[in-house]
Amino acid sequence: MARAAVSGRLAGRRLGWRVATLAGYRDETPDARTLVFDAPGWPGHLAGQHVDVRLTAADGYSTQRSYSLAAPADGDTIELTVQRVPDGEVSPYLTEVLSPGDPVEIRGPVGGWFVWRPADTAPVQLVAGGSGIVPLMAMIRARRLAQSRIPFRLVSSVRSPAQQCYAGELAAPPPGDTGVEVTYIYSRSAPAGWPRPPGRLTAADLSAPGWLARSGPACFVCGPTGFVEAAADILVALGHDPRRIKTERFGPSGG
Amino acid sequence: MGFVSRGFHGRPRDTGVKLPPGQYLTKDFPVLSAGPTPRVQVESWEFVITTEAGQAHRWSWSELLALPSQTPEVDLHCVTKWSKLGTRWQGVSLDVLLGAVDTAAHFALAHSYGGYTTNLPLQDLLDGQAWIAYRYDGGDLAPEHGGPARLLVPHLYLWKSAKWIRGIQLLAKDEPGFWESAGYHNYGDPWREQRYQGD
Amino acid sequence: MADMTERYPQDSDAHLDGNALAGPLSEIFAVDLTVAAGRCANCGRTGPVAALHVYVRAPGLVGRCPGCDAVMLRLVRAPAGVGRASNGTDGADAYARDTDTAWLDLRGTACLQIPVPPA
Repeated sequence: MARAAVSGRLAGRRLGWRVATLAGYRDETPDARTLVFDAPGWPGHLAGQHVDVRLTAADGYSTQRSYSLAAPADGDTIELTVQRVPDGEVSPYLTEVLSPGDPVEIRGPVGGWFVWRPADTAPVQLVAGGSGIVPLMAMIRARRLAQSRIPFRLVSSVRSPAQQCYAGELAAPPPGDTGVEVTYIYSRSAPAGWPRPPGRLTAADLSAPGWLARSGPACFVCGPTGFVEAAADILVALGHDPRRIKTERFGPSGG
Repeated sequence: MGFVSRGFHGRPRDTGVKLPPGQYLTKDFPVLSAGPTPRVQVESWEFVITTEAGQAHRWSWSELLALPSQTPEVDLHCVTKWSKLGTRWQGVSLDVLLGAVDTAAHFALAHSYGGYTTNLPLQDLLDGQAWIAYRYDGGDLAPEHGGPARLLVPHLYLWKSAKWIRGIQLLAKDEPGFWESAGYHNYGDPWREQRYQGD
Repeated sequence: MADMTERYPQDSDAHLDGNALAGPLSEIFAVDLTVAAGRCANCGRTGPVAALHVYVRAPGLVGRCPGCDAVMLRLVRAPAGVGRASNGTDGADAYARDTDTAWLDLRGTACLQIPVPPA
């Protein structure tokens, strides 16, 4: 991995816009698509980092959105998972129009704060609201790539099971990849007989045995601002050291 | 022109109407803010004009509402490039408020609840060019759009129409406000496309 | 953020955090400032730039102290254009027509502690 990425761009250079080309895609849910890009000269990145994507119309109008890298780099190949927002401006284009061979401008990787490195020794609690799961999945995949045995726990809150990205991969990780506990929370509708009724995140959801504050896990919380602040407040109230809680807020709509 | 994203159009941008250079027409009313929305109770709301000599003229909410008001219908032009035409407001003209004020100042600095500021020449507040507006589109002005009351100066870019207006300071010397001291144009005439310093 | 022609949803209170500054600051600085610790000039609270409350639906980016909401950072990106110059001070140069100008106001930050690689 390039030195710049390993150090989280401590020793870096200024970044600019580069062109990446869509190589392929995978639909994760009816509303979310993973875009696989070819980004020549990609310097590598850390789990949790993101890129900014810029689109430009023929008349010069342009707009930008940020998307988290969903997986470790595979040479020059990077992945973003984009949630389609109803009446959004950018996400419908990325998930319905952008086709293999089309270019996009991207800037990154950026964001050295909300990252997990395989060398970090603490157990890791990941709390995801909706599309906030993307950078956290990057961390889970980085853990797998590094063949790490650090205990991870993912709490993922989505509206209903149909919205849960990566469910198959989380349910059936590759052989030898153990130690990631996953708990699904549904905020609007749950499967029949689901032990936890649908509703917002509560302290009980973040108090699993083995994952209490006194174990000192590193906590990563990602999702819409309202979710992140509620989750962080719960973690602090449960006794987690605020300095062990890292947060990344997405816009309320994401765009 | 450089890079173009194939098949990307963005939101529909109506080109049939005459707009200031670089602007796009919008049908909704985007909410922009540099900070949390102040929640101001009208019971404690106050608008103060302070002269260069330090003399303060104050109006409470009920005093403001008791003043003669107008119902201007104006076009709004935001420096972030959206324009919204034919917006309907109700408010008190600054001609009425400044009519009671004795001043030789040439400059004004508007202050908002929450700390925002914006500056403009005093003459741009006069002669039917500016209002303290408290109703929009037939209803009370919502907090996200600057309620209980905002400054409305539609001939300049919308950042000059300070939301959550609290007072206007009259000054002998011009003092750049929040965006003017961070790269935006000191005056901000949309028809001369004065967005940034040096434009 | 170079071109603020975005469309904005109606929820004005929704702020992001300093992670949203990473991209725009990466075009100016060679080191990642979001991991730097900043001290609020208003209340003295110290924390990572990544934890600032950041308002992006504005003519520029505004970063506020998560404790007291004071403005700690403002970033405006003015595109390249004709005759852009400083605001009337003596000796000001007109910037080159083909460079953007980034206006970065950090007066609300008393000090930044920035990790840098050893020399």
